Amino acid sequence: MEITRPASLDEALAARADDPGADLLAGGTDLMVEVNFGHKKPEHVIALRRVDELATVEDRRIGAGMTWARLEHSEHRALAQAARTVGSPQIRAAGTIGGNIGTASPAGDGLPWLAAVDAEIEVASQERGTRRLPWREFFTGVKRNALAPDEVIVAAVLPEHVPGNQHFAKIGQRSAMVISTVSACVVRDDDGTVRVALGSVAPTPVRATGAEALIAENPDPSDAALAEFARIVSEEVCPITDHRSTESYRRHAAGVLARRLLERCLAS
Amino acid sequence: MIVTFRVNGEDRTVNVVGYESLLTVLREELDLPGSKNACEQGECGSCSVVLDGAVVTSCLVMAADCEGSDITTVEGIGSDRELHAVQKALLDHGAVQCGFCTPGFVVTAAHLFEQDPHPSGDEIKEALSGNICRCTGYGAISRALEALAEEGT
Repeated sequence: MEITRPASLDEALAARADDPGADLLAGGTDLMVEVNFGHKKPEHVIALRRVDELATVEDRRIGAGMTWARLEHSEHRALAQAARTVGSPQIRAAGTIGGNIGTASPAGDGLPWLAAVDAEIEVASQERGTRRLPWREFFTGVKRNALAPDEVIVAAVLPEHVPGNQHFAKIGQRSAMVISTVSACVVRDDDGTVRVALGSVAPTPVRATGAEALIAENPDPSDAALAEFARIVSEEVCPITDHRSTESYRRHAAGVLARRLLERCLAS
Repeated sequence: MIVTFRVNGEDRTVNVVGYESLLTVLREELDLPGSKNACEQGECGSCSVVLDGAVVTSCLVMAADCEGSDITTVEGIGSDRELHAVQKALLDHGAVQCGFCTPGFVVTAAHLFEQDPHPSGDEIKEALSGNICRCTGYGAISRALEALAEEGT
C-alpha cells in the first residue's frame, strides 16, 4: 500500500489527480472499520489529517476536516447537538464532518442538519477547480454521492441566512455510541416557517416538505395541527426494516421526533 | 514503508507493511500489548491511546498515517515504581474485574484528569462513555474516579 500525506489542499488535489479513486482518509472512523473487517484493501491512501485548510470554520464555510469534537462547540446549535451524539469522545476526536459527508451513510449524524439549513457541499479538483453542489444533488443514494474520483470534499457552505432557532435529536438503541434509528433536525425561521430534515429513514437525508407546508400555513400550530404535522412526517419518509429497526417503528418515530423538535423550536 | 513517531516519549521507527492499524503496530511490532484488541470498530475503547493530544481508538488509526505523531499508550502512564493517581484510585476502589477494559479506562481517565483535576461526576461519565466494561463494573470505576476528583491529582 502507498500513502500520500499532503500538507496542503493543493497537494491533496494533485495526489487525487495523479491517482483518481485513491482512498481518502480523514479521521479513519469509517475507512478503518472497512479495512479491519476485510471489506476494503486500499492500494493508495491520501491522508488528509495534515491539511490545515480543511480544518477551519470561517463565516459560512465549515471545513471538511472539522472534527466532531470541535463541532460540539459550533455556534449552530443543532450542529453542536448532532456533533455531541456522534459515537463516543474517541470517535468525535477523530471523525470529521467531511468524512460523514463522504461516507454518505443514511444514518450520518451530521446530514439532517446540512439538509435542514440547505447547505451546499463544496468539492474541488486540480483540473476543474471548485464546484458547489446543493446537498440534494450531492447525496445520491445509500453511501453514494456525486464526488468525482479526482475530487476532494472541501467544506459545507451555508446560505447567507441560517436561523438560530434549530434543534437536532436522534433515536437509537442506547444513549451513547449508537447508530441512529431515526434522526431529525428542525429549523424555524423568524417568520414562523420551518424546515424539517430526517436521517436513517431513506437512502439519503430527506426533507418533509408536506409537513413544512403545513406549518407555513399554521405558524402557531394547535395541538391538532402538531398531530397532523407528525402524521405527515411519518407519511413522507420511506424507511426500511433492517437489523436496527422496523419500517413501521421508524415511520412512527420520525413523526414523534420531528414534532418534539418543532415544539422545542416553538418554545425557544 | 518506514514510519517514525514518538511513543511514550521515545522515537520509534517501524516498517509498516500496509493498511494495518496503529493498534496492530503497537502490539505486534513495538511490544506494547497494553492497548487491547477487541471490537476493531472503535466501539469498545479498550485500545484507547492519546494521539497528538486527543484520546482516540488506535484500532481506527492507520499506522501509516502516524508519521511525526506523538502517542501515549497505557505503558506510558505511571511507572513500574509508581502508579499514576488514576491507576491507584482504580486499585483502591476495587474497580478492576477481568481487567481487559482497564488499560483503555486508564488512558481515557488519565487524559481527563490532565485536562481538569476536578471533573464532576457527569463529566467523568461523559468522558468515559466511549469505554465499555464487559463486566459492567461502571459503579466502582465511577466511584474511584469521583473520589480522585475530590482529592485532585
